[in-house]
Amino acid sequence: MDKIKEIESLLSEKKKLPAFKAGDTITVSYKIKEGAKERIQQFQGTVLQRKGTGLSATFTVRKISGNVGVERIFPLNSPFIDEIEVNKRGKVRRAKIFYLRELKGKSARIKEENI
Amino acid sequence: MPGIIGKKIGMTSIYSAEGKSLPCTIIEAGPCVVTQVRTKEKDGYEAVQLAFDERKEKNTPSAMKGHFKKAGTSPKKKLVEFKGFPETIKLGDTVTVDVFKENEWIEVIGISKGMGFQGVIKRHGFSGVGGETHGQHDRLRAPGSVGASSFPSRVFKGMRMAGRTGGDRVKIQNITVLKILPEKNIIVVKGSVPGANNSYLILEK
Repeated sequence: MDKIKEIESLLSEKKKLPAFKAGDTITVSYKIKEGAKERIQQFQGTVLQRKGTGLSATFTVRKISGNVGVERIFPLNSPFIDEIEVNKRGKVRRAKIFYLRELKGKSARIKEENI
Repeated sequence: MPGIIGKKIGMTSIYSAEGKSLPCTIIEAGPCVVTQVRTKEKDGYEAVQLAFDERKEKNTPSAMKGHFKKAGTSPKKKLVEFKGFPETIKLGDTVTVDVFKENEWIEVIGISKGMGFQGVIKRHGFSGVGGETHGQHDRLRAPGSVGASSFPSRVFKGMRMAGRTGGDRVKIQNITVLKILPEKNIIVVKGSVPGANNSYLILEK
């Protein structure tokens, strides 16, 4: 396993992304290609989970759009990710907060962490 | 075909120039040492025997020790014969990943993972009974009929049935080489290759 990590680090240059975890509110700036043009789309929401290791790691972001929950899975090392901004540090007691899917409105709030 | 012996390290994914995530396998390949050159005059065919992976001296039979001494190298674990190397190759030469180029198509041979005794659905891709109702009770994954009755009064040879699955020599053709790291003896190919991690692989052009 260590050999894979060593080679993965050789295969791609490390991007500087801020540390974030489940419960945090983040804004992901994602490059979108339309024909020859490239533009940046932003997706703001709560991080539900971080998954996987190394180059194939992903994270899931959930937001409420209108009245519908929208979840998006981003590959952490994707070259299309332009920037990640951490807006709020949430205080949660588990690493994967899927229970948020069942909650709505007031009960779906997450306490902010005091730093 | 000229080739090299390797060891499967594991799978990961890398990003292409267009930003696509590609599944890939990391293979540690070579350096291999030429331990024998088969010639038409002596052996009746032409081939080159390559050796890979260090082996402890105390675990090597004396006959093998002599074989490696002749080539002027330390004992190795895996020996494979390859055809199609240029005739200039000599005993004791080293073969590295440089035999391959990036974006080239290669063939990878390995021993697939053993799965033990398996039924016909996993082993031969049968579709099963296809329904849980209409009188079906406990034969959802059953093979069905294996032949007719009084004629031929026997089951034909080669009828596909349950049995030991996996553990076979499998060759995968047309695998794309994504990256080569010569200083680390690493070759990265697109997609999966047969076998478990740390098992030996034969890479051919």
